[in-house]
Parts: sequence; structure tokens; C-alpha cells
Amino acid sequence: MDSILSKIKAGKILVGDGGWGTLLIKAGMQAGECPELWNIEHPDIVSGIAIAYKEAGADLVSTNSFGGNRVKLKSYGLENEAKELNRKAAYLTRKAVGEKCHVLASIGPSGKFIMMGDVSEDELYESFREQAIALEKGGADSCTIETMSDLDEARCAVRAVKENTKLEIVVSFTFMRSSDGERFNTIMGTTPEVFIQEMKQIGVSILGVNCTLSVEDMCVLLQKMYAYEKGVPFLVYPNAGQPQITDEGIRYPETPEMFAKYVPGFYKNGARIIGGCCGTTPEHIRAIRSEVEKIS
Amino acid sequence: MENILEQIATCVERGKINKNSPYPPDLKGQDGTEELVQQALGMGIPASQILSEGLMKGMSVIGKKFSCNEVFVPDVLMSARAMNAGMPFLKSAFERGEAKHKGIFIIGTVQGDLHDIGKNLVRMMMEGAGWKVIDLGVDTSPEKFLQALKENPGAVVGMSALLTTTMMNMEKAVKVLKSEVPEVTVVVGGAPLTQDFCNKIGADAYSPDPQGCIEYLDAKLGLAS
Repeated sequence: MDSILSKIKAGKILVGDGGWGTLLIKAGMQAGECPELWNIEHPDIVSGIAIAYKEAGADLVSTNSFGGNRVKLKSYGLENEAKELNRKAAYLTRKAVGEKCHVLASIGPSGKFIMMGDVSEDELYESFREQAIALEKGGADSCTIETMSDLDEARCAVRAVKENTKLEIVVSFTFMRSSDGERFNTIMGTTPEVFIQEMKQIGVSILGVNCTLSVEDMCVLLQKMYAYEKGVPFLVYPNAGQPQITDEGIRYPETPEMFAKYVPGFYKNGARIIGGCCGTTPEHIRAIRSEVEKIS
Repeated sequence: MENILEQIATCVERGKINKNSPYPPDLKGQDGTEELVQQALGMGIPASQILSEGLMKGMSVIGKKFSCNEVFVPDVLMSARAMNAGMPFLKSAFERGEAKHKGIFIIGTVQGDLHDIGKNLVRMMMEGAGWKVIDLGVDTSPEKFLQALKENPGAVVGMSALLTTTMMNMEKAVKVLKSEVPEVTVVVGGAPLTQDFCNKIGADAYSPDPQGCIEYLDAKLGLAS
């Protein structure tokens, strides 16, 4: 299979998948459960999510391994299961989507900051190394180091993946929009420009933005990023807005139609992989796919 | 006298811990909160004044900047460290009753939720605003909140949640607390929360940032910030 980057260079717009946590919750996952444990305890449900996204038209399907690093699994007492949970995560997606889709394995943040002294850089490196190797072994061909806020942690994860696997790498940060609407920063204060600069410097060739922001805010953010950098393809996975509480429980307000509406704007601003994050479903991906077909 | 208190406030705002601390680079070699608080005590400035016009003032500046995205997590962390470096010298004044806390603030991440970055930031800022904080940690059951509240009558309770699954547990916790201790004030926060959610679960206040919580409680208690 050609690499993600070579497909993009050949002019393709790729469709990503949508939220995993969202679908796991729909399937009955309770607060306090370790999502990655579902790879062992409910493999059919996890495979079912991958199949649903493939059928909705995704070219890249993720893995149920967002919190699968040892540092984070430790809070559940599952740190010694890290290898198996990650291997199984990639295995389930690969088996579900076959060889024609990319398995873009999810590597999320540890939840600890190096600068707070909560975790050492060596400990983080080891944790990402172990996760990446297991994901590759399970069948992933690529990974997204995603929902990151901290440059130090992202650099550490990139190094761990590069030095120990052949996985193609996407790094995706999560930004918030300032109250005056003018600026975007991560909670650590990193701007989109610094993010691009720093990641290019360590040789990351696909950069992304995911989570936190709605489609509209994400489009403004991409405009800023594209104005700064036109040589790197972007991945964009917005949230379906801010969750709202209703009589039927938690609902995300942004519909598949709203996502579809923004696809041309994302494309115009350098996005070549378009999917969704929290609150998005296979219907959102289907809507994105049909919009992408109109452009290509 | 005013000068040294202003210097203390600046050190907290800039995150200058002590003379040997390399951060921030432009203040290298200068005294930090550790030295200045001792000097201020030596000058006979009351501990309560050092706290309110020095340490807390610096934290208040950083809290306001944080709420309008002018500074970020690392800055707040360094400020909290600088504040904490000065606090031990004021401990005896607290013990003698010369300096007083605004009140007791019980904080925890709700049941099922293991995220603590936001909760820890609020803890630091509340301490910096003069509250005595009891941190119940992560995965806090309604019963645990209730027990802490019963052990500390009159305390305010702060709850945090990062996940859409666990924000629903906040509702349970608020209900338990309000039914057992109707007069309790409960403030809530966390990335997926909104004012609307706060209203629906019957909490008293929501804030997207620590400063909002501090200001809400100051106003409620009739304290100047």
C-alpha cells in the first residue's frame, strides 16, 4: 500500500474516521471504565466501530488505543497490559478494515506534564516506545500522535515512534480559541505557528489539529495555519461542537450536514485528511465522504 | 514597605522562587519570594499583609491573565511554585491566628474520572487566593465529598470532570451534597461543562477558569479580591 503522504502528494483528499469514545459510550461503556480494556473484553464492539467507519467511507481508520500508554494505564492498574491492549487495538482495526484502508493508530497524551515533574522524559519515551511497537505489531501502518498540547511530550512521542517502528507519523495538536476570538493556543501556550515550526524541524511531514474546537473555529484555525505554512498537508478532526445535556443524555450539537458544509473550506486551507473527533459518528464521516467526492 | 510587597507580588507573578532559581532568566541572581518574604517579616510587616498584598496579589494577577489566555499552564505552575516557596515562613502566623484563610475549599475530580490537570490548577489558584484547600484527588465518590464536607462544616465544594461520561456523575454528587447539606455551595468546572449544564444539575456556579471561581466566591462572601 502506498504511504499516506504519497497519496496526498498524488492529489488525493483522504477521509478519516470519527469519534471512538462517542461510539463506545453508545455501546454502554460506563464512566470509570478503561476504554482500551474493551479491546479484550468486547472485541466485537471495537471491531464494529472500525467497520462502521470503513463502510461510511473512511480511508484511514483509527484504533482504540488513545489512552494506551503505560503512564495513563497505570491509573487503572493496567500498565502491565499495555503491550497486549495496544497490539489487540491495532489487530482489531486491521482485521475489520482489511488491507485497503490505513490503520492510523491513536497515540494520545499521557495526562502528565514533564514540566510539572509528574513524569520524566525517559518514562514517557519508554511508554510511547512500547505502545508504538505493539501497535505496529498488531497491524497499524501509521499513527497519529494526537490531541497533544505539550511540545516536549509530542517530541518525545515522535522520537519513540521513529526510532523503534516504521509507522508513518501524523502529529495532531489540540488548540483552544481565546475569548476575544483572535488567538489560538494549546493549554501550554503553544501557538499553531510554533507547533508547525517545531514539528517540521523534527521531520514530521503531516500535521493535524483535532478535538476541542467546532467545525467553524477549526476552519478559522486552519486559515491561520495555511497562511503560515503551505508546504505541509494538514489533518483536521473537529469536535461536533460542545456537548450539551438534554433529557436523553449528552448530545453534541453539530450535525453531519454542518460538517459537510465546511469540507470545501478545510480543503482550501490545506486539509488533506478530513475526519472528526468527539461527538462525531459514521454519519458525519459519510457526509464528509460525499463532499470530498465532489471536490476530487 | 510597599516596595517589598510589590516585589513579592512581582516574584509570584513571574514565578521567581529564590535567588538560585534560573527562572525567569531576566531575574537571574535576584531575590525570589523565599528571600523576600523573610525580609518582609524581618521588617515587621504583618504576615497577613505579606500574604494579601504580596503573595496573593501576584497570584491574582496571574489568574486574571490566565483567564484571558494571556498566560498558560506553565506560567501558572511557576507562579504557584513561587507562592509556595514563600508560604512556609508564614505558617506560624497562621497557627497563631494572625493570618486567616478565606475558608475551606474541598476539591476533587468526580467519580470515574482520573484527570487531574485542571483540578490541580484550580487547587493551586485557590491556595493562591487564600483558601485552605482539601484535595480529595481523582475518582471522588459523592460519599467522599459528603464525608469531607461533614468534617469541615461551612466548606465550599469544587468538582471537576473532563469526560462527557463522568460529567453525569457530577449531577449525582451535587444531589447527594445538596440533599444532606442544603446550604452548601458547589462550584463546578471542566472542559466539557457549560453554564447550562451547571444550571441543570443544580450546582451554584460554573467557571471556565480558576479566576472565575475565585471571583464568584469573593463576591458571595463579600470579600474584596
